[in-house]
Amino acid sequence: MIAERWINWIVLLGFVVLPLWALFADEPFTITLATRAVILALAAVGLNIALGIGGLVSLGHAVFFGLGGYAMGILAHHAQTYAPLELGPLVIEGTKSMPIIWVTALVTSALAALVIGLLSLRTTGVYFIMITLAFGQMFFFFSISWSAYGGEDGLSIYVRNDFPGLNTLQPIQFFGLCLAVLCLALGIHSRLRTSPFGLALNAARQAPERVETVGLNPMRLKLLAFVISGALTGLSGALFADLNRFVSPTMFSWQLSGELIVLIIIGGVGRLMGPVIGAALFVALEHLLGGLTEFWLVWLGVILLLIVLFARGGIIGILTGKAGPNV
Amino acid sequence: MSTILILEQVLNGLQFGIMLFLMAAGLTLIFGVMGLINLAHGSLYMVGAFAAAAVAGATGSFLLALAAALAAAAVAGAIIEIVVIRRLYRAAHLDQVLATFALILIFSEGTRWVFGSFPLFLDVPSYLSGPVTLPGGIQYPLYRLALIAVGLAVAVFLWWLTARTRIGIQIRAGENDREMIAALGVDISRLYTLVFALGAALAGLAGALVGAIQSVQVGMGEPVLILAFVVIVIGGIGSIKGAFIGAVLVGLTDTLGGIFLPELFKLFMEPGAATQTGSALASMAVYILMSLVLIWRPTGLFGARA
Repeated sequence: MIAERWINWIVLLGFVVLPLWALFADEPFTITLATRAVILALAAVGLNIALGIGGLVSLGHAVFFGLGGYAMGILAHHAQTYAPLELGPLVIEGTKSMPIIWVTALVTSALAALVIGLLSLRTTGVYFIMITLAFGQMFFFFSISWSAYGGEDGLSIYVRNDFPGLNTLQPIQFFGLCLAVLCLALGIHSRLRTSPFGLALNAARQAPERVETVGLNPMRLKLLAFVISGALTGLSGALFADLNRFVSPTMFSWQLSGELIVLIIIGGVGRLMGPVIGAALFVALEHLLGGLTEFWLVWLGVILLLIVLFARGGIIGILTGKAGPNV
Repeated sequence: MSTILILEQVLNGLQFGIMLFLMAAGLTLIFGVMGLINLAHGSLYMVGAFAAAAVAGATGSFLLALAAALAAAAVAGAIIEIVVIRRLYRAAHLDQVLATFALILIFSEGTRWVFGSFPLFLDVPSYLSGPVTLPGGIQYPLYRLALIAVGLAVAVFLWWLTARTRIGIQIRAGENDREMIAALGVDISRLYTLVFALGAALAGLAGALVGAIQSVQVGMGEPVLILAFVVIVIGGIGSIKGAFIGAVLVGLTDTLGGIFLPELFKLFMEPGAATQTGSALASMAVYILMSLVLIWRPTGLFGARA
């Protein structure tokens, strides 16, 4: 059996070596695939804070992914059409600058997570799953029927946005930027897990009554976790939109929320690198199986079913021989 | 806007709600008795519709098609209960969500594999096609009235089944205390398979009935599934009465909202903006309704347990 720490480093190393190999072998498509995996991993790392540590099964995290995507889409759209966004007396200039877009994505999705969390956390269990799903559907249908930003057709952005000091049009540079953001998020996750807040949150998942008895408010802990989680997923949405230079209502779809959970489960719930391994495997399967058969999702379904029924703890669980994380 | 148009829309909303009830009744029974969230219920709806379209295409008989839909969905339901679902009763909600999400992937792509990506068509039989004139001079499609009648008949049947039969007593007892009724000698796993197959058959019936007014295609189940979840969450999970009331509420809100909200906004906005705002709001209306109900009563209108 392999220690989890070793697995973590091997996976990260893989994410450095593979794109570098692709760069020298002149395989830009592999770099794009790796970027896709990194961005999906970031979205799932965000969800893993709510789901893995907080035990909040949110079937609506696509809301934040989509909000991040539309934050990028709307700002860049106004920049490329040279028409500022007018909200009554407030006039906002569009921008092509990634840092500004990222902050907008983080703030918008954190605010949305605050409101959705305040309302949804009144419920528990199945009702929580369903109300988060309902919020997801609300945003999905809203984005379809709001024709100012493309409605059902979505928005195309012609040129990838800029980051100071980098040429983001080079796939490897954009990949490096995304990987750096992912490492930052992983750092936040690992610090959070062992911080007093993370420990209290973990306890609130396992025994909310006891946490309340020692004078902490489980509701507030869960809300904060939900907001951090939503903000990170929102940031990944902005990056995902930049990767594709396209935003559309599918970023809000409930299948996407389901897939984010799937990524975490394949890798291992509550594990630091669970979402990263899940995302890498998902993108690899999508590419390899998708090349063999048009119906690769059948096989993804079978793999997922086998993992849920027989391999609790996902890939990391299989490799380490431990079903759950040590906390 | 005339009274006739309003009445017509109310009937449309009612018909939509009653079809949602067929889906929601199965979901809520399965949750109430087994404590299971079944995302794959929409796949059973699709299985029913495809079986009906295939049999109607081969034989030309609508009644045979309905029978095939009931049978195919019930058999598919019984198989997935025995092979997969049975292992999930004691599992966490997260595992149930994932395993049934996996079943959706398998069913949807599997159906695409067998039937291809093009939609199939199921025709309304000649004896149910055409409009009838209702009291008050409303012309309304006979088939849609028949759907309402079938749904009401199913509601009565379910009430009779749960309130008046031996199986119903076992189902209600199983909701309260599964160990106790197992100890009293009821074969609980057979009961569970039966309830699951019953829920599946209702979903299949709904799929076939709706398939005749829409096209039969892969992925048709998921939008209905999500609305059915909204219905049972509004009604309170586990309550058939709640499912019925929730379904009618959701059906009416969705149908009437789409027609009247844009008109309502035209009273104080310019027409273009009013249509946009109204239709955006209408598409979100049922979800807003659900959030309001949950904020007001976190376990739904008739729900007891979370």
